[in-house]
Amino acid sequence: MAERVIYAMYDDDDVLKDGAKKLVAKGIKVAEVFSPFAIHGIDPIIGVKNTRLGIMAFLYGITGTMLATVGMRYFMIHDWPMNIGGKPNFTYLDNILAFIPVTFEFTVLCAAHGMAITYLLRNKTLPGMPATNPDPRTTDDRFVMELRTSDNAGFTVEEIESLLKSTGVVEIDQKEVK
Amino acid sequence: MEFKVTKKANLLTIILMVVGAVFTITGIVVEMGHDEGHHLMQRISGNLMVNSFFFFAIGLGALFFLALQYATETGWYASVKRVIEALTGYLPFGAAMLAASLLLITLMDGAHIYIWMDPEYTTEGSAHYDAIIDGKSAYLNKVFFWIRTVVYLATYLIFWRGFKKRSMLEDEVGGTDIHFTNYKKGALFLVFFAVFSSTSAWDWIMSVDVHWFSTLFGWYVFAGMWCSTMIVLVMLVLYLKKQGYLPNVNESHIHDIGKWTFATSFLWSYMWFSQFMLIWYANIPEETTYHLMRIENFKFLYFGMFIINFAFPMVLLMSRDAKRHAGILTFVGLLVLAGHWMDVYLMFMAGSMGATAYIGFMELGMMLLVLGFFVRVILTNLTKAPLTVKNHPFLDESIHHDI
Repeated sequence: MAERVIYAMYDDDDVLKDGAKKLVAKGIKVAEVFSPFAIHGIDPIIGVKNTRLGIMAFLYGITGTMLATVGMRYFMIHDWPMNIGGKPNFTYLDNILAFIPVTFEFTVLCAAHGMAITYLLRNKTLPGMPATNPDPRTTDDRFVMELRTSDNAGFTVEEIESLLKSTGVVEIDQKEVK
Repeated sequence: MEFKVTKKANLLTIILMVVGAVFTITGIVVEMGHDEGHHLMQRISGNLMVNSFFFFAIGLGALFFLALQYATETGWYASVKRVIEALTGYLPFGAAMLAASLLLITLMDGAHIYIWMDPEYTTEGSAHYDAIIDGKSAYLNKVFFWIRTVVYLATYLIFWRGFKKRSMLEDEVGGTDIHFTNYKKGALFLVFFAVFSSTSAWDWIMSVDVHWFSTLFGWYVFAGMWCSTMIVLVMLVLYLKKQGYLPNVNESHIHDIGKWTFATSFLWSYMWFSQFMLIWYANIPEETTYHLMRIENFKFLYFGMFIINFAFPMVLLMSRDAKRHAGILTFVGLLVLAGHWMDVYLMFMAGSMGATAYIGFMELGMMLLVLGFFVRVILTNLTKAPLTVKNHPFLDESIHHDI
């Protein structure tokens, strides 16, 4: 059976939020919401899980810390010890104070870049990737809610559409996907 | 809802104060027999300064935080505003205790805490004449020191009174006039505080190590003060919440104060490290003395205190869940609060008594005594005003705070 996807377009994020609340209360599952900006408080309504980006940030940060430490130990202690201002360079620990700012910066660098790339990958919005939003207006001033018939086996398309119409929707579109 | 101090809390503060008093007296008796009582007055004055400053600073940090919320027209804090105000209510007591300690020290010509107050060091030809201290005497002399101290304390208390008065008035009259007055006064306070937080730290604390100077020192003291305040605030809010008060405070508020605790710990660590690393790198003898004294005599406490104040909040409070967890927040809070007390202790005692300073009955006793008094004042302050503000323009925003 072919799946139908319903796109309901709104012109106000608060109207969309209230609509989503109403639909979810009726037992309809909202698959996705497209919006030009983050809608505060929409996640728990449509059941989006808490982001795990923070955990990734920590892992990228730790990676940066380790790379910086291993690198500087090799460069400055093992391979080519340098006398900088008479500071001890016999062991890493002797000179650790001088390495801390670099370690900090490298940790932040890795965490920030890692997070940005992960975010773009996860959203499939890396440069050159095809756009997945159903309507270009969702990058401007419109908000679109996506509902799938496969998620809502208990409802017919007509039922969903009539429910949507009672939530202040401005445009409804349907698409058939395999 | 009106807050009532429970019998248990009442008893606890009394026990703290009694134990503190007994320990203090024991400590004084022990010190009298030690080295013929040679260090007695120095040790008493040093401890007075440590504890009067540490707890005064928590009240002052709360006043600063309140002014910051006013000046930035913050919304989320409206539900915990009265708790912050109760903390600022310690200011007059803290200021009085600080002024009394300073007066005692001044009357004793510095009591070997502020040796620049001692004419021995600044009179040419005397046995202890110190040209460096004499050179600083245009700024560091008793009269000018007291003018500055009075100006600092008076400014803080005047702003405190104004904030308090308007907060009560707002409950009655409402509207936005008071909000905008607070906005202006809050900003004005921050201007004064920006200067005074640095200069007062130089006067009250940095002048203990009179030969030494660091332009960053004021911010370092300020960061420690702010961090201690946020810890006390989060623990107090958690306590009140557990007792069933503050119905408007939800997990998001706790999370936000937890974030402040986390962030200010980093601020403090950043200041501590910046000061330490630059001095270590430049390695100029007159600058290294400060750290050298503390590392030689208090290596374990000095670095231990840094690790507690930096690593514990960093590791344990990093995740979102930890900042919403009452148990973790209280555990880390108590540890870090003790760490910051240790920081203030080392500022005063390592600078004045040096190798002869140690933590004994007197140190613990005075700390417990003032802690008991501090907690009692805060809890009593909480009973004096309704715990929830009325008519604050951002109250509704605060009730619906959700992050």
